[in-house]
Amino acid sequence: MKEWLFTTDHKRIGVLYLVGSIAAFAVAGIMALLIRIELFTLGPTLTDDATNYNVWLYFHGAAMILAFLIPGLTGFLANYLVPIMIGAHDVAFPRINAFSVWLFWFAIVLALLTFVIPDPPDVMWTGYPPYSVQTSGNTAFYVFTVHLLGFSSILGAVNFLCTVIYMRAPGMGWNQLNFFVWTTVGAFVIQLIFIPVLAAAVTLVLFDKYFGTAFFSPANGGDVLLYQNLFWFYSHPAVYVILLPAVGTLMDIISTHARNPVFNYKTGVYGGIWGTVVLGSDVWVHHLYTSGMVDWLRIGMMVTTLIISVPVGLMVISLVGTLYRGSIKYTTPMLYACSCLFLILIGGLTGIPLAMTSVTLHLAETYFVMAHFHYIMGIMATFAVFAGVYNWFPKFTGRMYNESLGKLGFLFNFIGVNVTFWPLFGIGIEGMPRRYFDYAMMPQFEGTHQISTIGAVLIAVGMAITILNWVIGAIAGPKASDNPWGSKSMEWTHTTTPPGPGNFPTPPTVSEDWSPYNYGGHTAKTI
Amino acid sequence: MRKLAFTTAGLLAAPYMASAAEETEAVKEAVINDPSEGWEILWHHVLIDLTAIGILFALIVAFFMLSYRRKSENEEGSSPKLTLGGSLAWTLVPVFVFLADDFYLAANGWKLWNDQRRVPDNAMEVKLTAMMYNWEFQYDNGTLSDPDADGRPVLVVPQGKPVVARMHSEDVVHSFFLPSYHIKEDVMPGRITYLWFYPKNLGETVLTCTEYCGVGHSSMYGKVKVVPAAKFEEMMLAKTGAAPAAAEAAPAEAAGAEGAAPAEGAAPAEGTSAAPAPGAGK
Repeated sequence: MKEWLFTTDHKRIGVLYLVGSIAAFAVAGIMALLIRIELFTLGPTLTDDATNYNVWLYFHGAAMILAFLIPGLTGFLANYLVPIMIGAHDVAFPRINAFSVWLFWFAIVLALLTFVIPDPPDVMWTGYPPYSVQTSGNTAFYVFTVHLLGFSSILGAVNFLCTVIYMRAPGMGWNQLNFFVWTTVGAFVIQLIFIPVLAAAVTLVLFDKYFGTAFFSPANGGDVLLYQNLFWFYSHPAVYVILLPAVGTLMDIISTHARNPVFNYKTGVYGGIWGTVVLGSDVWVHHLYTSGMVDWLRIGMMVTTLIISVPVGLMVISLVGTLYRGSIKYTTPMLYACSCLFLILIGGLTGIPLAMTSVTLHLAETYFVMAHFHYIMGIMATFAVFAGVYNWFPKFTGRMYNESLGKLGFLFNFIGVNVTFWPLFGIGIEGMPRRYFDYAMMPQFEGTHQISTIGAVLIAVGMAITILNWVIGAIAGPKASDNPWGSKSMEWTHTTTPPGPGNFPTPPTVSEDWSPYNYGGHTAKTI
Repeated sequence: MRKLAFTTAGLLAAPYMASAAEETEAVKEAVINDPSEGWEILWHHVLIDLTAIGILFALIVAFFMLSYRRKSENEEGSSPKLTLGGSLAWTLVPVFVFLADDFYLAANGWKLWNDQRRVPDNAMEVKLTAMMYNWEFQYDNGTLSDPDADGRPVLVVPQGKPVVARMHSEDVVHSFFLPSYHIKEDVMPGRITYLWFYPKNLGETVLTCTEYCGVGHSSMYGKVKVVPAAKFEEMMLAKTGAAPAAAEAAPAEAAGAEGAAPAEGAAPAEGTSAAPAPGAGK
């Protein structure tokens, strides 16, 4: 117990991140189930009070994004894997790393207090004023949760950028890094630049609500739209903080299980990842297409938003190209990874009409948007985290999970998400608005909502099987060999499973030809 | 290559269309480009575009997934080694293809946008006030639209006349959504926003709020009721004629409550989104 509480080892810190983010995921997932059950029938189903429903929605959104997806990808996976992938014995600042995970844990506790305090926040994860200022809900809990998670992420960003820049194994050049390491770097650059903007935005809400300032109160000279601009100035890039490491995880898993090098690696890295980082900061107004922004900005950002398809498309070509003439084995992590290709396809393509301002004047704030971002960000990134946990499960625990249980869980999850979200596109196009406690004016959608709820139950079963599989596997699974997948990546080839203190028996050095993707006679020069 | 040609055409055409539209605005007054119809056409095109890309891509992935399964335990992949030329080709060709599709869509999206934001000169103006959790509509003669028997807001408009709503909110951000007309715009305190729509068909359609505004968010709905022009005139006359005292009181009361309602008010926006004149949209 004590060695976990006071640990500065990046592997244990990674596991602490995993436990915290899975806890957040479980509670936020239960909220999702409550939301879906509430919508099962017209009128009140579970509760008469819309405020309860709004609190579930708030918690589901805020926790899934801020406490599960971002920490799951950049906290847990990055913490555990990046130092081992680059051949370092730990991160650059181990104590700061420990500090950041405890900030994260405090934030989780603060977020969970939502369910015991008298007036829980009901401001949605976006917290738009003037509502977030006027509500009787306790917006401060929202603000402080964002603050803690933000501090945690900024510390992590500084730490990991230093680690990757200064602590690579001797001889390891920039073009010999795992794709996942590159995506982590991209994500942390975004975090470092944009989180302060979000922190400023929510802090101003705090001032407005509790100290009587008027940043967002037009009656006293403030501006309502200012908040929305500040908020999305971070929160759109935050989508890429989730997307990039998710794609990086998929890339490494697909490469490992297809035993092929990443297709067109340099284009994927310099065009795909860095293109996304650069362009991703210039598209936030597409969240404000119907917000009364100036017209010329809405048209300008329509063009930049559409162009985002270029770097993302390059990464997708790398993902799919890696399968070409591969030697694919469908283990559980590979099933999750390959299913993500279809999720990216659906989520990405439905993003195109949403990028078009004129089309979005109808689609904005409907279930179409909701289904779109659940496909691309919610489900795809969650599946990427799951694929990551399965793929590196032997590395984390030294044991194997149960393959059949894993595949059964996958089946439930994959069918469940499609049953849940695919029908929602349809009622979204017909005008079903988001964040509705009831849909009395559109009773014709009741059937679709019921199908969707059944899908949510399937997901719940799949998730339960999956998490059960992990717990059983970690405690009683059969011992894993050092390199069960036959991977060429450093975390499998240069160290034991699981790695001991200091990660490597002897500090690794690499040659010019070495690459984590040396499959089929390829060297670092030919990929 | 065909996409490229499309794009070039689209790129060249977009500014031309925009300027052409400006030049002939006076002539066009009688002909109204219904953005709702334009939306449906564009949506149809986009859907075809997406489905084509989607099916092609899905087939490729499925083909790869099925045909390259591992045959023996120690087998490794045999992906070809990319030359510099190959690598560049696999970068530049997709970039141009994506850009082509993007600009093609952007040009078409822009064209529709012009129709959506450029209010016809003969539009009837309705002043919209949003509040937790209701809508209030005021006609230019000062009368308010009556709610229906359930107390839900109803916006009655004459058939065949474009309607522009000048909107502001008394409390938090709301969003005025007309699903049947494929249009919405946020309504907020401190700024005046607008949207317009073209009620061509008689009947009732849903209007609702699509920006989360609190506990009553999902009950903030009502109806747009399109009536024959003659009936609308009659209704207006009845409203102003039958209760002159109420009609006089209404504007004063409304102005008092709104405070910032007219463009000269204390708090209206600096943003061009509050563009007051018809035809100012871009």
